[in-house]
Amino acid sequence: MALLEVKDLRVHFDTDDGVVHAVDGVSYSVDVGRALGVVGESGSGKSVSSLTFLGLTRAKNAHISGEVLFDGRDLLQMSDKELRAIRGEEIAMIFQDPLTSLHPFYCIGDQLAEAVRAHHKVSKSAARDKAVEQLRLVGMPDPRGRLDAYPHEFSGGMRQRTMIAMALINEPRLIIADEPTTALDVTVQAQILELIGRLQQETGTAVILITHDLGVVAEMTQEIAVMYSGRVIERASTTALFAEPQHPYTWGLLRSIPRLDAARDVKLEPIEGRPPSLINRPSGCHFHPRCPYVLEAHKRVDPELEAAGSAEGHVAACLLPPSTRRELWRRLADGQASSQARAAVPMGDSAS
Amino acid sequence: MAGFIVRRLLGGLLLLVVVSAVTFVIFTVFPSTDPALLRAGRQPTQEIIAQIRIDLGLDKPYLTQFVDYVTGVFTQFDLGRSYVSGRRPVADEIFDNLPATLWLTAGAVVLWLTVGLSIGILAAVRHRSIFDRLSIGLSLIAVSAPVYWLGLVSLYLFAPEGGALGVEFLGGQGAYQIGQPIGERIQALVLPWCVLAASFAAIYSRLMRGSLLEVMGEDYIRTARAKGVSEGRVILRHGVRSAVTPVVTVLGLDIGILLGGAILTETVFNVPGVGRLAFDAISRGDLPIIQGTVLVGAFFIVILNLLVDVLYAYLDPRVRH
Repeated sequence: MALLEVKDLRVHFDTDDGVVHAVDGVSYSVDVGRALGVVGESGSGKSVSSLTFLGLTRAKNAHISGEVLFDGRDLLQMSDKELRAIRGEEIAMIFQDPLTSLHPFYCIGDQLAEAVRAHHKVSKSAARDKAVEQLRLVGMPDPRGRLDAYPHEFSGGMRQRTMIAMALINEPRLIIADEPTTALDVTVQAQILELIGRLQQETGTAVILITHDLGVVAEMTQEIAVMYSGRVIERASTTALFAEPQHPYTWGLLRSIPRLDAARDVKLEPIEGRPPSLINRPSGCHFHPRCPYVLEAHKRVDPELEAAGSAEGHVAACLLPPSTRRELWRRLADGQASSQARAAVPMGDSAS
Repeated sequence: MAGFIVRRLLGGLLLLVVVSAVTFVIFTVFPSTDPALLRAGRQPTQEIIAQIRIDLGLDKPYLTQFVDYVTGVFTQFDLGRSYVSGRRPVADEIFDNLPATLWLTAGAVVLWLTVGLSIGILAAVRHRSIFDRLSIGLSLIAVSAPVYWLGLVSLYLFAPEGGALGVEFLGGQGAYQIGQPIGERIQALVLPWCVLAASFAAIYSRLMRGSLLEVMGEDYIRTARAKGVSEGRVILRHGVRSAVTPVVTVLGLDIGILLGGAILTETVFNVPGVGRLAFDAISRGDLPIIQGTVLVGAFFIVILNLLVDVLYAYLDPRVRH
């Protein structure tokens, strides 16, 4: 049962340098109590999409179209007033940098209490009590004593726990975590992810986990959407995505993660080039300038999301024939370099 | 915190000594006129001039004069005696004139803060709107117009007798009398308040606008909105609360400077404040009075600076360590 359904979301911004196509036809959904990972580089549109759900990208120069159905209601059509009732109460967000995302002049008790009182008519002390309870849940030591402390007095991990507490305090049905661990030390990252996972299990909250790190989504999500140049270029259950990824970009992401079980002399192969401009986008398939398996036709034709792989619901937007992709991935997973794989596999031949 | 305050006070004391020294040098060693000559009347003889010099203590070596002065100020609040007005103690003259300056400053501050800050906040919230652009233009005019010009124009227009649009309620030039009932004094100060506040309001509105615009782009504003906090609360409690800190710093300095006497405003409107006292003294070469007003001005700036620093720690918790 879909809690959130995004249908063909498009967000364009008029700027002095041209139209920025930040989100260009994104569709995905999250079921009640489930976790969706949205993976992509900076500039892929993953953050802008989630900010748009809550109406936080509305501006004179923003053109937003499509549908975002939350429990059947289209968020994009709602007024600011209606959205404010949902923000922090039914859908909550956790942001990337907890130091800059918390107000430096107010103690955390006040900021947490504000999250409660924005939606419930309770006294300040009742709200602070709720804050203490929530801080305890996220594992902060001596929560009552820390209520009057300021954000700069905490470590990065504690600050992020505070933000998580703030997001969960009104028991929302959906949490959008936008790169929640990117600004933290690796050891703390693990703790925070474990915390989010545990809380999600305990409260049954649905989660959208936005990140550029496939390692992060592997354990925590049931489904993954890979974004590139403002679009979803592959979407599948987590197991299917890791078992048989169908898009060269996904392959690139997977192969740029160092593996403990790889041989020592296997080189990490990064994805060549840089994320495309969202103003002057490449022709045809937007990934073609960086794709090791590009063919002439790919520079002219923009692929649609189609069924791919053997699992149900697995889709990818790639012009290469499925058999070619299967063969390429087999070799890449074996440790071959992309140039090797390309040379060995007959390309663009749909008969084989 | 206590140690901080004590250190700053001691530093302030040192500063005041230095200020007195510099003033002393400027007005004693480089005089434009010999004060004894000024006091001597017509065609004085050399003996009379010499005698006056001894009376005024001008015959002693400069250093002695200076040391006498400084010890007098800091041990007895004795700022010397005026050369001119019957040898009245400078301290008395200044204290007589201080209330008018205090009233003038207080009213102007309240006026420019309410007007300037609200315009600044509105301009930032309605960024690039017609209101915003209009406020930029108006600010430019208010800042460029010299205070004395503005004062004279406002008197020309609004003075109760003879003003082009004479407004009865407002006092004209010289309407402020020491010792008047408070209501009449306020009436007399309305025009001076507006004139003095004009350029400050313009500056503060620009300052607030810029500061708030910068703050509204911060991540914690996005968090507040994502929590579902109402936009008004986001702007005031989250935005303005942060944006106001640079304003407070500047405000302290401005108040400090004005308490030393708003010379032009007081002179144009004939308000008997410390500023006008200084202006008259300068015209008459009355060194002790001039020194006294400079010292008083420096004193207020030091105190206000200290207050601002303490207040800043209260506003921004990150500074407290």
